[in-house]
Amino acid sequence: MRAYQNKKDVQKKSYYNDRFYVTPQTPKEPIFNDSTYSNDVSSLSKKVEILESYIELGELVVYIKPQDNIEAITHLRDIMAYDMLMELSAIDYIAARGGFEIFYEMLSTSKRKRIRVKTFIKQDQAIESVEPLFRMANWSEREMYDMFGIKSNNHPFLKRILMPDDWEGHPLLKTYPLQGDESAQWYEVDKIFGKEARDIIGPEQRDDAAIERYDTTRFSRLGHEVPFATDIRDGKEPDHTPLAYQEEGGVVIGKSPRLVTKFDENESVVLKERR
Amino acid sequence: MQQKNRLKPFFENINFEREDNTMIVNFGPQHPSAHGQLRLVLELQGEEVVKAYPDVGYLHRGMEKMGENMIYNEFLPTTDRMDYIAASSNNYGYALAVEKLIGVQAPRRAEVIRTMLAELNRIISHLFWLATHALDVGAMSVFLYAFREREFAMDLMEDYCGARLTHSAVRIGGVPLDLPKGWITQLEKFMFTLTEQIEIYEGLLTKNRIWRMRLEDVGIVDEKMAKSWGCTGLVLRGAGVKWDLRKEMPYGLYPELDFDIPVSHTNDSYGRYKLHMQEMHESMKILKQLIPMYKESPIELMAISPEYISSSKEEMMTQNYSLMQHFVLVTQGMRPPKGEVYVATESPKGELGFFIVSDGSPYPYRMKLRAPSFWHTGILQDLLPGYQLADVVTIIGNLNIVFGEIDR
Repeated sequence: MRAYQNKKDVQKKSYYNDRFYVTPQTPKEPIFNDSTYSNDVSSLSKKVEILESYIELGELVVYIKPQDNIEAITHLRDIMAYDMLMELSAIDYIAARGGFEIFYEMLSTSKRKRIRVKTFIKQDQAIESVEPLFRMANWSEREMYDMFGIKSNNHPFLKRILMPDDWEGHPLLKTYPLQGDESAQWYEVDKIFGKEARDIIGPEQRDDAAIERYDTTRFSRLGHEVPFATDIRDGKEPDHTPLAYQEEGGVVIGKSPRLVTKFDENESVVLKERR
Repeated sequence: MQQKNRLKPFFENINFEREDNTMIVNFGPQHPSAHGQLRLVLELQGEEVVKAYPDVGYLHRGMEKMGENMIYNEFLPTTDRMDYIAASSNNYGYALAVEKLIGVQAPRRAEVIRTMLAELNRIISHLFWLATHALDVGAMSVFLYAFREREFAMDLMEDYCGARLTHSAVRIGGVPLDLPKGWITQLEKFMFTLTEQIEIYEGLLTKNRIWRMRLEDVGIVDEKMAKSWGCTGLVLRGAGVKWDLRKEMPYGLYPELDFDIPVSHTNDSYGRYKLHMQEMHESMKILKQLIPMYKESPIELMAISPEYISSSKEEMMTQNYSLMQHFVLVTQGMRPPKGEVYVATESPKGELGFFIVSDGSPYPYRMKLRAPSFWHTGILQDLLPGYQLADVVTIIGNLNIVFGEIDR
């Protein structure tokens, strides 16, 4: 029987967890520890409903409802002087909570403060685009769509940005494997040679650390050499081939020319001790 | 659209059969002035750009996904490959982010060395920018001069960490090595020559008529546009906003250092060129202040935090618990507390941010890399229309975009 694999979250997991280990939390301070932040929150709470707010590692984090995002960000930009939106993306919590957390990382150049506005949307829910407020959201939301499949309503040009347009799947989802899924294996084969060549070429090996024991086309076999592309899948490989990797007749190297004769394993000696 | 045919050559770049008189040109992804893998689809009316569409992603390696599947220490060499012109700045930014998450402060000497590396790297990056930008615009000799000096700066890097481009010279919690013998003297010598060399570059360019004609009033990014597009670094300072994270939201040793933030109010490429030159002087000023700080600092290089960071070699070889802990940290990785952190540093390109979400496991739950060049490329679609085709090369070069960090 195959071992059970959790398909909902294929992120690499630690192979060992201590049963009695209690995960610590980063310190979360109440907002009244910082006068600027408490002003911001009280002003923002008059506009939109704030679900939760705290200061985490020196930065204000505010949770709002997803339908309030435009109003909240407009208020923060125009009234609270958070004049730049630095980053916008999502965090995949589908396995745990059935949706995504979207964060807006804002910066105020006059107050020298950062604020993170966060909101939770369900898996197939779209969010209103903040592109009319900040042009940078044009690319960020495209990236968010590309990586998570989250759609932004009223985005002028919601198209994949980093992955090819005809790519299948959204790579940053926890359900998406690191080496790519099955359609990723066929993507380049189909694109370059056509679907009809699938049988001839086979799926692309996308694990760059993969080693195939009997592949004589891509892996050299030092000490067990066979001619290129010999089929040795039945295990019929030579026990030992003499090491020989220099040109016939030797090589001349150095400024004062010195001939390095061709290495011959039969004439070589293995030293017992370092000279 | 033309049909592919062996007798009739197929020009995939050009679409002739348009009713209006505009022409679509595919600039890149293999264009030498595209600074990497930028595909820029330009719609031209004569020589004037009517519409521009930057297409990125040709260097996408999925670093954020890789980060989620690596332990924290494993990911550090990957950050080298973001902005590969200034690898140490990325290492430093990443290390600072993780240190803030786990609540560790690197020892003073480590901070001095990191800041030195970051500033030296800023000089390397600016020299590279100057060389390639001047080459794009047509000043071939500046390229050779600037690259020569950059080689010497990279020699210094090589003396310290053994690598010239992808340094990985910083560790989470400090630096692995002290400066080698004679490094400071070499650095002083380098700074002495660089000061002379910058005069030569400026002599070749600043008053050069062709250089000024190509750069002045080209690529105008005003404050509103820069802020709306999330532009930081020299693009924002070139738009007259005095905003440098080293000064405004300082981290590391920067509060103790005395340096200026050059600002240009001309909004154009020429102003940004001048800023780059001034910033190299400012970086040298910082380096000169760091030398006495280095000499005064105690010799510790790595923070002591047994829960997260391996002990020193000496302790590991003598203390059983240190060796056990080291084994756990290497095989399983550190487990930071559950929480989120966003740390931004001023890289040579702009605000480089690392947003790390930790769920308490040795693998980050989410790692968002905020690369400044990403938005400096995005702005092209608003910036380019109205300029001539020849200005496109100037603007791309001037914005100092590096594709390693755009596509990540």
